[in-house]
Amino acid sequence: MKLHLKIWRQKDKNTQGKLVDYWLEDVNPHMSFLEMLDTLNEKLVLSDEMPVEFDHDCREGICGQCGVMINGLAHGPLKNTTTCQLHLREFKDGETIVIEPFRSKAFPVKKDLKVDRAAFDRIIASGGFVSVNTGQAPEANSIPINHETAESAFDSAACIGCGACVATCKNGSAALFTSAKISHMAKLPQGKEEREHRVLNMVHQMDNEDFGHCSNTEACEVECPQSISVLNIAQMNYEYNRAKVLKK
Amino acid sequence: MQSLTRKILMCLTGLFLCFFLIIHLLGNLQLFLPAKTAQLQFNAYSHFLSGNLFIKMVSYVLYASIILHALYALVITMKNKQSGGSYKTDNRGRASKWYSRNMGMLGTVLLVFLIIHFKNFWYEYKFGVLPMDANGNKDLYTLVVTTYQEGWYVVIYVIAMIALGYHLLHGFFSAIRTLGVFHPKFVRWIRYFGIGYSLMISLGFAIIPVYVYFLNAK
Amino acid sequence: MNMDAKIPGGPLEEKWSNYKKNAKLVNPANRKKIDVIVVGTGLAGSSIAASLGEMGYNVKSFCFQDSARRAHSVAAQGGVNAAKNYKNDGDSVYRMFVDTLKGGDFRAREANVYRMAECSLNLIDQAVAQGVPFGREYGGYLNNRSFGGVQVSRTFYARGQTGQQLLIGAYQALMRQVHKKTVQLFTRHEMLDLVVIDGKARGIIVRNLDTGEIERHAAHAVVLATGGFGKIYYLSTLAMGCNGSAIWRAHKKGALMASPSWTQIHPTSLPQSGDYQSKLTLMSESLRNDGRIWVPLRENEQREANAIPEEERDYYLERRYPAFGNLAPRDISSRAAKERIDAGFGVGALKNAVYLDFSKAIREQGVAKIKEKYGNLFDMYRKITGIDAYKEPMMISPAAHFSMGGLWVDYELMTTIPGLFALGEANFADHGANRLGANSLLQASVDGYFIAPYTMANYLSGEIHTGKIPTDHPAFDEAEKQVKEQLERFVHSKGTKTVDQYHKTLGKLLYDYCGLSRNESGLQFAIAEIRKLRNEFYENVHIPGTVDTMNAELEKAGRVADYLEIGELMCYDALTRKESCGAHFREEYQTPDGEAMRNDADFQFISAWEWRGKDNEPTLHKEPLVFENVKPIVRSYK
Repeated sequence: MKLHLKIWRQKDKNTQGKLVDYWLEDVNPHMSFLEMLDTLNEKLVLSDEMPVEFDHDCREGICGQCGVMINGLAHGPLKNTTTCQLHLREFKDGETIVIEPFRSKAFPVKKDLKVDRAAFDRIIASGGFVSVNTGQAPEANSIPINHETAESAFDSAACIGCGACVATCKNGSAALFTSAKISHMAKLPQGKEEREHRVLNMVHQMDNEDFGHCSNTEACEVECPQSISVLNIAQMNYEYNRAKVLKK
Repeated sequence: MQSLTRKILMCLTGLFLCFFLIIHLLGNLQLFLPAKTAQLQFNAYSHFLSGNLFIKMVSYVLYASIILHALYALVITMKNKQSGGSYKTDNRGRASKWYSRNMGMLGTVLLVFLIIHFKNFWYEYKFGVLPMDANGNKDLYTLVVTTYQEGWYVVIYVIAMIALGYHLLHGFFSAIRTLGVFHPKFVRWIRYFGIGYSLMISLGFAIIPVYVYFLNAK
Repeated sequence: MNMDAKIPGGPLEEKWSNYKKNAKLVNPANRKKIDVIVVGTGLAGSSIAASLGEMGYNVKSFCFQDSARRAHSVAAQGGVNAAKNYKNDGDSVYRMFVDTLKGGDFRAREANVYRMAECSLNLIDQAVAQGVPFGREYGGYLNNRSFGGVQVSRTFYARGQTGQQLLIGAYQALMRQVHKKTVQLFTRHEMLDLVVIDGKARGIIVRNLDTGEIERHAAHAVVLATGGFGKIYYLSTLAMGCNGSAIWRAHKKGALMASPSWTQIHPTSLPQSGDYQSKLTLMSESLRNDGRIWVPLRENEQREANAIPEEERDYYLERRYPAFGNLAPRDISSRAAKERIDAGFGVGALKNAVYLDFSKAIREQGVAKIKEKYGNLFDMYRKITGIDAYKEPMMISPAAHFSMGGLWVDYELMTTIPGLFALGEANFADHGANRLGANSLLQASVDGYFIAPYTMANYLSGEIHTGKIPTDHPAFDEAEKQVKEQLERFVHSKGTKTVDQYHKTLGKLLYDYCGLSRNESGLQFAIAEIRKLRNEFYENVHIPGTVDTMNAELEKAGRVADYLEIGELMCYDALTRKESCGAHFREEYQTPDGEAMRNDADFQFISAWEWRGKDNEPTLHKEPLVFENVKPIVRSYK
């Protein structure tokens, strides 16, 4: 099949970028989207042009490193799917595909399609953990956790940190990401000990990173590769309100 | 101020306004009474509201709510505009409802409407010169009915109530979420309640001018 | 060459306790004076960096990804083993030790393997305390599933994302230390050389992948937790960025490489569908708990899977290995699949796959139960292939997966360079010639959480008077100069082929001649070809751009340059091991019915290789394996 690509090219953080046209003839519809970019890059390299920089690593939808806007949709046309799991069979022969980086004020573009998502790491560092040192743990079965709670905590913990929620949010809000971690921990008995600190610190950090407000449009849940529920955001709000009320 | 605190302010002021809308609608239902009864009763009701100290205090909360709600909406929207990315090709809309993305726009429509609405009734009642009815109360009823005789005003009113309906549809549910209700069962119930509430309020308010308009057109 | 494994004395069960009893410590006040570099932020890297940070050492942690959470441990699906015996089915530390040793075809150290089994108990406790949401029974207690190569259920799991959950637990522990400033994290930094001063590992040279800057970092000890190099086959289950460069460059600085040819070929990966393909996605081995593997009985079958009647299906694993059936160990399953595919019974468009069928399990347990156990794997399968595996069987085929080989380490996980430690998949460790499923997460974790913190303290206790290591030492100058020279050479290379093209050629060579089965002439051929390819690579590769910016092709070039050397060593390793054991199957050494033939009399040792310079044959050192507790038997899963 044939494709017309319009790809965001930007030399570095401080340079203005623009969409550049590329044409690919003869690509296989069973190719993954990233393999299509590999094919393009191979052509670019051989004509001594700089290949398109894009983030990717595991290519099986779990590391969370890949992610671009494809035709104005985070991770492309399939819902709940990472860019690396997207295949060309989802596109029409001869289609024009616009590829842009994930954008938000908190995710500055580093080059081409690569953005800086370190803000997410700083949010986790501010409180997204149980404060347990190596060696302190009690016997695992001494903390029974019912099946539903464990499964529900897993649903929240499944976040891969790709940033699609932020990119797809008109407000550039990181509420889904932050709340997934807060509710993962809040659901489990292990995380209950420091729940007030955690939510206050993480929300504080989230605000410091220049993410926007959540206005509950729920777009994030639709595009999230792990289908993280927006109810996590409600739980974060609950935890936050609770912490504020109980704060001494 | 943290983002979630700002959201809580939006939520609390919004919910208060939601509550107010119910009371306001209940009062307005008197307009459906036969003209004679409606006139006296509606005017007496208005008089009671303007004279009562408790109601007076509530009305200050109401003004404050409207102002804070609009002010924080402005602050939040400006911050969100800054934070959100913009794309050359943007199809992100497929993942959410249009009214959830345009609360600011709907809110602005409502604010403009409120100004007209205040000017027409609240200002006239408070600072204008109104004739008295048989019981010696200011005759707000006649003012209302006369106003609703104007077709263009009824149209504005109905459009504003459609905007209100959508604003409430998202706003009420969003407020409850900001409060932190996360149990899936209650979330579902509240969502249904919110839809019913929004429909009831917007239809209820919209139908009154239409009713009055057609009643007197005959 | 000092190859003392430093196995502590005493009976097997007491060796680790004895070690800990006698190991030297560093007191809390002195830990502040000691710097440690940890390269890699997977399970092993994150856990050692976090643990050392908690203890009060100054830690610098490096990864090439844009966040520590993305290391490839994240992709492990099935689970993590621990001898908790929660199922009351006869499990014990000793049983787990025997299973692992036997699974590895008696090519691992008894003491190491026993220690891993012993520490497995603590790991589950630690992970649960961190909030890892393992699968639970309705009563609230931890659940287990069974995995290939064992007869008990000892695998703890978090749906099909156990690696992700364990890694996130470790990552969060690491980020907690970053916040406390005991650990400095450098993401998007790739280690390009090891700095050795007076025979001790003293630092590394790294490249900031975002800016192209070359940096020097010094420390009293360096930990390499950089994972495996299975990506050398190009098509593998590994992430695109996985590489062997850190351990290889340490190898060239004097650390021995052990058994590099022992690469596990995983039996349940998705088959290749075209030459554009960049990776083979793994489907968790846990699927074999409920899936049945078969090929058509008829050669060149044209019918669709569901149209083939039961009696015309060959459940070859159940047929050949009735005791273990579909749960036969990975090496055996992979080889059995290859045997059927090579014989012309393969399925799929390229006839390179076998069926993995869930129809029986769905009939017996219902779709809902299967969905709960494997839902995400079935979703993933549908996304990649467009096929609904609830309705028709999956197609799977073997793919390069795990490196049992790696840097040679002693019982303390220290390489032959003092002060250089290798943890997790980067060392040759505890898996022998074949790793059992769900043991990789375990090994990486226990190395980082429970073993290295003790063994490193034992080493670092000798460094408390050393003082800061200066980065202006001539050894740093020299290492940096070499790194810069190589990078410059690459960007001036304007040939006609891309790095990936060389990588693919190398991968194919290795898969054909040093993959599932090997033979002498094939390996010799491969060595000659790899040398040719390597020379051509330096002449003819095309790298665009410059060294002082972000340049993905330049990053890949360095890794492939190393692969071109590692590949050759793998072939030497396979060539000199004239027996079949575990993942290493030499065609010359097999029984008449095609099973592996091990040779304990001549090859009961670990091959550790010494670098002798480019284009020179490496030198083989042997560490004999002594079995005091378990008598090596012929592995039989029949």
